Amino acid sequence: MHIPDGYLSPSTCAVFYGGTVAAWYVCLKRLKRALLTRVVPLISVFAAFAFVVMMFNLPLPGGTTGHALGVTVAAIVLGPAGAVLSTSLALALQALLFGDGGITTLGANCFNMAVIASLVAYACYRTLAARAPISARRRVIAAGVAGYVAANVSALAAAIELGIQPALFHDAAGAPLYAPYPLKIAIPAMMIGHLTFAGIAEAVISAGLVAYLQVADPSLLAATSGLNVPGMASGARTRASLRRLWVTVALLLILTPLGILATGKAWGEWAPSDFLRPEARAQIASASKNALPPAAPPEGMARLTTIWTSPFPAYAPAFVRSRALGYLLSAMFGVGVCLLIALLAQSRLRAHPRPEQVT
Amino acid sequence: MKRTNVVTSTLNSLSRALSRALISEQTARRSGVMQSLDPRVRVLGTFLLVIVIVLVHKIAVLLAVFTGAVVLALASAVTIRTLALRVWFVVLAFTGVIALPALFLTPGEPLSSVPSITPQGLHAAVMLIARVETAVTLTTILVLCTPWVEILKALRSLCVPREVVMMLAMAYRYIFLLAETATQMFESRESRRLGVLPGSEQRRVVAQTAGVLMSKSLDLSQEVFLAMQSRGYRGDVFTVADSRLRPRDYLAILAVAIIAALALWLGR
Repeated sequence: MHIPDGYLSPSTCAVFYGGTVAAWYVCLKRLKRALLTRVVPLISVFAAFAFVVMMFNLPLPGGTTGHALGVTVAAIVLGPAGAVLSTSLALALQALLFGDGGITTLGANCFNMAVIASLVAYACYRTLAARAPISARRRVIAAGVAGYVAANVSALAAAIELGIQPALFHDAAGAPLYAPYPLKIAIPAMMIGHLTFAGIAEAVISAGLVAYLQVADPSLLAATSGLNVPGMASGARTRASLRRLWVTVALLLILTPLGILATGKAWGEWAPSDFLRPEARAQIASASKNALPPAAPPEGMARLTTIWTSPFPAYAPAFVRSRALGYLLSAMFGVGVCLLIALLAQSRLRAHPRPEQVT
Repeated sequence: MKRTNVVTSTLNSLSRALSRALISEQTARRSGVMQSLDPRVRVLGTFLLVIVIVLVHKIAVLLAVFTGAVVLALASAVTIRTLALRVWFVVLAFTGVIALPALFLTPGEPLSSVPSITPQGLHAAVMLIARVETAVTLTTILVLCTPWVEILKALRSLCVPREVVMMLAMAYRYIFLLAETATQMFESRESRRLGVLPGSEQRRVVAQTAGVLMSKSLDLSQEVFLAMQSRGYRGDVFTVADSRLRPRDYLAILAVAIIAALALWLGR
């Protein structure tokens, strides 16, 4: 899954470097808030551990062997921020030290194997393990499933990156300039290996390691267990209020297609073309106490309308035929963007907590 | 079915990785063109050329840069054998297998009827192999001729944050320690083993070893933190001031800039 130099176009590499650097910055800030000066030695040594574990040969059912990424274990023990940083560091070492994975593609590799894999593994583990006791069998199964899903989602991301290359970057004769296969070949080719070997290897090491830690060192599983463990910040109240927030957001999302039941346009939201159509003019007049609209669209409105074209005109992306579904999709997209901005603003504005006593 | 002994194969891959890292340290000490340049120029020059290789769209230009890279390798005490074993065959085995079906699967007018190779497919496959071979050859020459510490120092001068450089340096140092610890654990387990373990038991052994290694790593990170703190570490990282560039470094920068500009101009 390590994409070497030359498989991805420079613009793809630049986009993924941008996204990954932003993720590193956020993760480093989060970890520093929690761990202060401990971050550097913890992440460094854990990256060395991840690097060594990637070299372990795992016996898989059927007599073959495979290598694991180790990112699921990192997400379970350190949390997603620590997993993103330590796995990225291990991948950077592999690229710079052994030429395993390219320099221009390091951003994309870290995005697939560190950022996406960590987040997916963490979300899967937390969802499946829920509030099970530390020693519960369910945690072992959750870790295995999280490892399998994370390795496959990460491979799917790599396959998509490789698969979009021929469509976007080819010469005048149609010869692909970078990775040569379209999505319909790249996705099955990449996924067969991961659904059968690499995913299972990641599942085996994750489940095996959690089972071992349950017996040998359960404290390492406490940080991401979601249980109120002494010494950890109690998140029960925050979780309850968050759950209410999510339920509200979900309800609002479900109710969004109601918007299409309303007839006509909202007052003042007319497009320049509405001033020329007789039925739209009649509606504007009736909504404006029978004051007749101007004969032509105002000059300023006509000029400014062309400055920005919405990605989803009339709340329905071009590829969606059903208006109601388009409305819902647009709402989900819009809510997602708003949540992202709110989360970013919150992380910027949140006062730094009182530094813990470093021992 | 013959069951692979995972402990032995893991021991092999661990020792192979360590010996590869150590070979780099040996080549880096020899005298040669790359070794005589400032590490910042080496790292910056290599990164720039790799970016140029990704931007170039003509096979002839890629081959010219590849030839230049081989000449640079020979002038820097890196043998053709090392490059062939470490880069060319490995890349050919991996990228070649990936590129081969492109000959037939890329849409276009077929060159031959059976098998139906298209010119677009041929171009795509040769381009991919040439690009990857050239990029990996250049990166390998840099890695073989530059000790890790100097690469890190160069990364620092390329505006990579100090904390990241420090983490890379520490991770590199502890890779050797943890790899050795893992090797010893596997060896001791292997020396006590009688008979062949079933697959499930082998999986348990590997997972347990990884678990012990992780506990050791976390303990180690705590000890390292305490050691750093006792020596005055408060979260700030300072590096030794960079040395000055010499005339030959400026010449190398000029040469790389000319090659990069020419390759970009000719390879559009």
